[in-house]
Amino acid sequence: MLEAINGGRARLPAEFGMSEFVLNVNGARLHVNAPADESLLSVLRNRLNLTGTKYGCGEGECGACTVLADGQAIRSCQVPASEAASAKIVTIEGLEADGMLSPVQQAFLDEGALQCGYCTSGMIMNATSLLNSKHRPTHDEIAEAMNGNVCRCGTYPRILAAIRRAAGEPDDGGSR
Amino acid sequence: MKRLDLETTEYGQGPTSDVPNRGSFEVDRRAFLKVLGGGLLICVTDIPAWVQESGRFFGGHELPKNVSAWLHIAADSQVKVFTGKVEVGQNIRTSLAQQVAEELRVPFDSITMVMGDTDLVPWDMGTFGSRTTPTMAPVLRAMAVAARESLMEMAAKRWRVDAAQLTARNGRITDKKGSRSLTYGQLTRGKDIVKVVTGHPALTPAKEWKIAGTPVPKADGRDFVTGKHKFPSDILRPAMLFGAVLRPDGFNATLDSIDTSAAGKLAGVKVVRDRDFVGTVAPDAYTAQQAVKAIHAKWSVPAQPSNKDLFEYLKSNPVSGRNEGPQHVAGSVAQAVSTADVKLEERYTVQFIAHAPLEPRAAVAEWDGDKLTVWTGTQRPFGVRDELMQAFHLPPAQVRVIQPDMGSGYGGKHTGEAAVEAARLAKAAGRPVKVEWARREEMTWAYFRPAGLIEIKAGARRDGTLVAWEHHNYNSGPAAIGTPYEVANQLIQFHPTKSPLRQGSYRGLAATANHFARESHMDAMAHAAKMDPLDFRLKNLTDARLRAVFERSADRFGWGRVQSTPERGFGIAGGTDKGGYIATCAEVEIDPATKNVRIRRVVQAWESGAIVNPDGLRNQVMGAMVQAIGGALFERILFANGRILNPLFAEYRLPRFKDTPQVEVILIDRKDLPSAGAGETGIVGLAPAVGNAIFAATGVRLCNMPMAPQEAIPGVKQGPLRS
Repeated sequence: MLEAINGGRARLPAEFGMSEFVLNVNGARLHVNAPADESLLSVLRNRLNLTGTKYGCGEGECGACTVLADGQAIRSCQVPASEAASAKIVTIEGLEADGMLSPVQQAFLDEGALQCGYCTSGMIMNATSLLNSKHRPTHDEIAEAMNGNVCRCGTYPRILAAIRRAAGEPDDGGSR
Repeated sequence: MKRLDLETTEYGQGPTSDVPNRGSFEVDRRAFLKVLGGGLLICVTDIPAWVQESGRFFGGHELPKNVSAWLHIAADSQVKVFTGKVEVGQNIRTSLAQQVAEELRVPFDSITMVMGDTDLVPWDMGTFGSRTTPTMAPVLRAMAVAARESLMEMAAKRWRVDAAQLTARNGRITDKKGSRSLTYGQLTRGKDIVKVVTGHPALTPAKEWKIAGTPVPKADGRDFVTGKHKFPSDILRPAMLFGAVLRPDGFNATLDSIDTSAAGKLAGVKVVRDRDFVGTVAPDAYTAQQAVKAIHAKWSVPAQPSNKDLFEYLKSNPVSGRNEGPQHVAGSVAQAVSTADVKLEERYTVQFIAHAPLEPRAAVAEWDGDKLTVWTGTQRPFGVRDELMQAFHLPPAQVRVIQPDMGSGYGGKHTGEAAVEAARLAKAAGRPVKVEWARREEMTWAYFRPAGLIEIKAGARRDGTLVAWEHHNYNSGPAAIGTPYEVANQLIQFHPTKSPLRQGSYRGLAATANHFARESHMDAMAHAAKMDPLDFRLKNLTDARLRAVFERSADRFGWGRVQSTPERGFGIAGGTDKGGYIATCAEVEIDPATKNVRIRRVVQAWESGAIVNPDGLRNQVMGAMVQAIGGALFERILFANGRILNPLFAEYRLPRFKDTPQVEVILIDRKDLPSAGAGETGIVGLAPAVGNAIFAATGVRLCNMPMAPQEAIPGVKQGPLRS
């Protein structure tokens, strides 16, 4: 995985088992030939050119790599791609439908809930997962569910407002 | 002016590079028009005087003499504005376009900002120091005014009327009766027209703004919520390979031995070695990284300082002549202190912290013969071009650096390490190569916000009148070192020292440390004088702008209405730097059992002249405050013997959702004052406000940032609180 660049044991060529599998990403069946333990993040970004999903830490600590597997948020840097072959994967590129943004995407735009935008994909995917499982989360429930996603620009109050907006909560003035 | 006017970007040029002045960047304007397809091209050649004044900011680097910006209006009336500034999340792609649209009298949507591409844009020192709004925006506005005036003259000539009879509105010139009207594109007829702006065109006053001054949403915002935007690490090129670099075991290491044979045997892998630079390229990123792991290298790492020795090291390793801030002396501090009724002396410290931009350094390099093109995330595209020119002995025309809007920097991306590495690997591989730094690399091999030691001695009369202020800052920097308060006797000095770690620019840089020390000490003085901390400040403050933010912030917060208790404290702090004025009120909650401190509520008042985009400004001021939570309470780099001990996010805590208090930002719009930059100074108020709130609750003065780390930092006496 990306993180382990200068750490960990060196692997000999013989151990380098490639495996072939099919990923279901955004409704498309994609053939992949990659080492069995290469992360889903690395495969999405570097083999399938789906760069909307971001690398932030490779440790599962920042949430930038969050994608949906069968509707639930997973850290794509922590999951070998070969193990994700049975799941329906949705990335940020797969949220739009017929040119319409998803409610969470639209809410992020409406609240201006981004600065540099690098964390935005992961935030939107995790928020989508949260709202899939809980329709009207409270402020504290959102903070708890989103705490694994880092925005170094510090836009958390707006992201919270965006998620409440996407959930159909009455506008409490947000943070704008 | 009582306040010291010091250089505020002492590390502005980046931590290591020595940038030659290439102020006479030439452009072939005719060739340029050919690319753009005809139309009106406006260049600013005569830098307006008020911009030139700020040239001293460039620390000896003059602004380019012949061209500083240009703007093009095509036959379809679309406007392209070219500037060397870059978008890193601070929202200047939007705020600059608003100001051009305002002066040009065109819809916001007709503007495209072309930024940070060294082949297309005029030379620029870089994007830092909150300088885009005060220095680049006036240049672009002047250019837009000149373009508008040229268009009116063209219409006047065509219609044989006086230009004064015409109006420019919504991308059209119309005559007085409204009978004749032409779009800007129709006026240029797609012909090649080059105009050079000289003199000092009259800019539209802020109180008449219709597009500037409004909350225009982030340009291209939709591309960021759909994943379409290509950040530097997202760039893909045909036939591109992936690279990885072998890192030494520590700083200042020397390579003793190396065996790359196992790595070289991996399928598709090429090992590249140039003295101590060792890297790999492979058809995919995974294999390139595995190949680096398969390299056996032995390094010698010399003994080096650690956190434990940090402040003694800074105190005992002075460096003279390194961009030293001027010593400020007024009256006699020693005499004034000796007769003061209230006197306090304290030592404050700040640790090294990491920028931790969520997107680590990344670059894609591509050689086309001797021409090198690099896509990379940097705040200084021309600085990175210089690094590449030096590394490969190339003239400027053979190096192009393109900076896609990136995953931020906060002062941490002034340098082009990944760019140089990618270019070396691409040259050896004969194919485009991408290098993406891992988090561990970004947190180790970039650079840090300087650590610092600050010593303050102050004296006041029994009635709360400050009489003496002595402030020494070792290493962290001179930004905002001068006190904004009225003090007759002052001795203020920045002491440059050697640094045990590579250090450089940071959002707010030393202004954070100097404000933490000064505003904590002001609070301590207030308590010692048995005065309310806000009253004590206002008694010693005449600066109307700073008074205004203090009063507005305190009023909204309800300052003084509720008394602090051991479990709940209220604190206030404020100051000014880089043209921004800030006051921050904080409420903290302390769990008596766990001694955990949590920031519950913050009210931050901000004023930086005329507001260009209230929505973007609010976002910046709020974000800076949230980022400040980390440095205030828990962020710190741990190091020993040339190694960073906590280079992972699991080991380096960042502010998160649950750390975020209820936030209220109050913006004061001073349409009568020029707009200052606002990307940085919003960070300086939080730490002292929180420290002062903790004191109000507990009676304990926390003088070391971070104030409440989970574990003791070697060399620092641990305080009673955790976070």
